[in-house]
Amino acid sequence: MKFGVIVFPGSNCDHDTYNVIAEIAHQPVQFLWHDSEDLKSVDAVLVPGGFAYGDYLRTGAIARFSPVMDAVKKFAAGGGLVLGICNGFQILTESGLLPGALMRNAGLKYICKQVHLRTETADSAFTNSLEKGEVLQIPIGHAEGNYFCTPEELKRLEAEDRIAFRYATADGAVTAEANPNGSLSNIAGVLNEGRNVLGMMPHPDRSSEKLLGSVDGWKVFESMIGALAAK
Amino acid sequence: MKAHVYVTLKTSVLDPQGQTIQNALRKIGYDKVEGVRQGKYFVLDLESGLSGDQAREQVEKIARDVLTNPIIEEFTYRIEE
Repeated sequence: MKFGVIVFPGSNCDHDTYNVIAEIAHQPVQFLWHDSEDLKSVDAVLVPGGFAYGDYLRTGAIARFSPVMDAVKKFAAGGGLVLGICNGFQILTESGLLPGALMRNAGLKYICKQVHLRTETADSAFTNSLEKGEVLQIPIGHAEGNYFCTPEELKRLEAEDRIAFRYATADGAVTAEANPNGSLSNIAGVLNEGRNVLGMMPHPDRSSEKLLGSVDGWKVFESMIGALAAK
Repeated sequence: MKAHVYVTLKTSVLDPQGQTIQNALRKIGYDKVEGVRQGKYFVLDLESGLSGDQAREQVEKIARDVLTNPIIEEFTYRIEE
């Protein structure tokens, strides 16, 4: 299974993400430059965290117009797996690949800390090695992670089981106190209609090795590898 | 020819920065201010040969497609001949 990690000017988790695939997953992986439409026939695309194009205008707003994103849109339309982490999630919403938008954190501050997530669905290529209700400890690091969508969109996401993760307490209770950034309905990650695109603010790339304090994020990559192998 | 584009969060979207500013204003005595919305302001320099209609069409498209995220933001603009 060949993975591609997109590199925008300003990406800063591209190497972390690459490292997980190369060193933990032991799968082939290569960087994909933002200025090229060539996805190098990868089987899955990872859109890493950082500050693409300096996050000027809005987070993800300029990245959306880069040549690589045209290719990613086509790739996703054909059923290809796309995982956007943090800034990657912001880019995927701006690109229209995922619904909603990520706004400034309700408390207005950049937050970098470990949080707990409750797995809301195991029915996706990114969560199939998890169980619904399973609690993960994964860190966040963002100033714009406050998920917003219209009430109609939220109803649709819920009806179609497309909310992948919600911020929760360590024992899995979805409460206002467990919500670090004001996200609507504690949403930390959402799937597209085809369930082949996931965006999440927490960093599975920063929680796939014991050394980093948690290996819970690994399950997201493990799920992807399982799903690709089954294809 | 210049276009002045003002972008703010939609009124249906919470604006914590605007609220913080309003609270600060109230604290220092400006109690007549009932609300503050923070936004962004862009000045676009346009080719002088454009007609008013062409300019408006361009600016509205740019504001819709690039300068705002229509899920959370709205815009107003004016053209300066």
